[in-house]
Amino acid sequence: MSTWTPDPTFYPSPKMAMDAPQEELAYVAIVNPNEDGKPDALGVLDVDPKSQTYGQLVGRMNLPSSGDELHHFGWNACSAALCPNQAHPHVERRYLLLGGLRSSNIYIVDTKNDPRNPKLAKTISREEFEGKTGYSRPHTVHCGPDAIYMSALGAPDGEGPGGIFTLDHDTFEVSGPWEVDRGPQKMAYDFWWHLNHDTMITSEWGTPRMVENGVLADELLASKYGHHLHVWDIRTRKHKQALDLGPENQMALELRPAHNPRSAYGFLGVVTSLKDLSGSVWTWYQDGDDWAVKKIIEIPAEPADAELLPPLLQGFGAVPPLVTDIVLSLDDRYLYVSCWGTGEFQQYDVSDPFNPKKTGSVHLGGIVRKAAHPNGSAVNGGPQMVELSRDGNRLYVTNSLYLAWDAQFYPDGIRGWTAKIDASPEGGIEIDSDFFAEFGEERPHQIRLQGGDSSSDTFCYPD
Amino acid sequence: MELVEFWPWIALAAFGAYHGVNPAMGWLFAVALGLQEQSRAALYRAFAPIALGHMASVAIVVAVVALGRAIVPTDILKYVGAGALTAFGLYKLFWNRSHPRWVGMRVGFRDLTAWSFLMASAHGAGLMLAPVLFNLPGYGQSVAEAIDARDVPHAEYMFLGAPASIGTAAAQLTAVGVHTVAMFGVMTLVAVVVFEKVGLALLRKSWFNLDRLWAGALIVSGAVTAAL
Repeated sequence: MSTWTPDPTFYPSPKMAMDAPQEELAYVAIVNPNEDGKPDALGVLDVDPKSQTYGQLVGRMNLPSSGDELHHFGWNACSAALCPNQAHPHVERRYLLLGGLRSSNIYIVDTKNDPRNPKLAKTISREEFEGKTGYSRPHTVHCGPDAIYMSALGAPDGEGPGGIFTLDHDTFEVSGPWEVDRGPQKMAYDFWWHLNHDTMITSEWGTPRMVENGVLADELLASKYGHHLHVWDIRTRKHKQALDLGPENQMALELRPAHNPRSAYGFLGVVTSLKDLSGSVWTWYQDGDDWAVKKIIEIPAEPADAELLPPLLQGFGAVPPLVTDIVLSLDDRYLYVSCWGTGEFQQYDVSDPFNPKKTGSVHLGGIVRKAAHPNGSAVNGGPQMVELSRDGNRLYVTNSLYLAWDAQFYPDGIRGWTAKIDASPEGGIEIDSDFFAEFGEERPHQIRLQGGDSSSDTFCYPD
Repeated sequence: MELVEFWPWIALAAFGAYHGVNPAMGWLFAVALGLQEQSRAALYRAFAPIALGHMASVAIVVAVVALGRAIVPTDILKYVGAGALTAFGLYKLFWNRSHPRWVGMRVGFRDLTAWSFLMASAHGAGLMLAPVLFNLPGYGQSVAEAIDARDVPHAEYMFLGAPASIGTAAAQLTAVGVHTVAMFGVMTLVAVVVFEKVGLALLRKSWFNLDRLWAGALIVSGAVTAAL
């Protein structure tokens, strides 16, 4: 049933959302790495500093089956419901949609009645999802103005094309593929949009076959992984433009458009370059009627003894930074970059989106560096998925990428953790020594904050 | 003129104001366009197409009711209308919580007109006016009733029909005009006040679920139609 007034977590503009109350709970996707028949889970972390159980896992909902490999997830509704062209502001932000990246099941979880004990509301089976869309391996979730949008890596046979599909935000019925004309697009990964410019951007990782058994070194060296952005017209659902980063740039992953709906630019994280193993961040931007993309940050690889490196990297004698996730503050001022390989976490002032200034850096883990947490705990893995509170002050990072890839880059195994990093409004970041949630053998992946965060909502009204 | 003759016009204007104040009917889109372009001109440019689309949607209902009155006896028409209104209201209340899919934020005059027409039609903005339209002065009796009352031979149907049509057409146009002017005035006032002074933070608390109230209004309209 609809509500009488808009969901209190919806905000017309990003600046208004920055004044939202501080989050008290964080939802985290937990992956069971052991093939022991035990399921993955949605965990609930207490992130209220006033609470007795601050920093602890206070709830969990096991999935009904095993082997799903949870990855990304997202809210059913958000501030995009306030957009004027198809307003429906009386829905609730209460369901999380979780895609099993390996199983292709989609789980819809209700967080309303007891936020610490979320309940499974609906399961969309692989058969139903694949049958209706022709896609497989669901990934990113974004609450849109007219529907819930999701991306999928590829087709059921493990090849392409991957793409976008939508679900009804009341019934969660899956409709068909979103694209009317996909042009040259085949690979898929992330997507987001500039709603006020009627433009969607999609990125490329690799087809399911290219990722599910680990990174394929031969295909990587042959530049077969994704190195394009695709620009789409949302009104016609047609492919408009492919932006080539150059074949040496491999795996164009996370997309973070400017939150200000007037701004037609955004940031893309690229995992690695075949030229020198550097990682990079790019800015895409509107250029007249066309769109263009430009590298703005290059993070060099760090030389290392071959014997300290996993077999995959020994031939290179260096640790690649591996830019696997980025997040942009709601005021579009700070961009945060996870370097999962070197264990560095960076902050940039991107007030000028073409001239970033590095304003902060911390280390946690890393393939060679293995930096300890300030509370003294030894950590492995590195900062990977990151989420930022709406006020821009608190970052939550987890350390697992994807099981088959974890094993290649961190062959000693990963013990899951979530750390918190505090950001100063004037720049600078610091790891919170009081917050370190450990998950044992289980591996946390994406985090979503109760009420919204810095990569959930889209806003249609500029400040 | 007695006061009772004014009430349908007052009611049409009141419905216009009610539609004008509903963010989903247009003022919010106008404000968004003004904010996006950082331009007062963009805000003002949006008003005419939004009012035009709304007017077209309402005019269709007015024309259908007038046509119905000309060919169907009033008693029967009244109950058909009441049934349609109640059914649409119940449908909106219990089943249809979706909204017209109109993907696009970059809109020109034609897009905005079409969008406004679609929104008004899908929400049943014109239908809501039915009880008033059934009792518009100037509609008078249907042709059939006029003929019965005056005991006119069948051969004179056409001649009697003509003056009745002129009166009806004038009343129809006035009805559409009164409603649209009221809608336009209130939409413009709300949009300008929000754009210039109040800001959009008010949406969070005061965007009352007019859809639910709207469904209720449709059902009440149905009941009133049947009762009058």
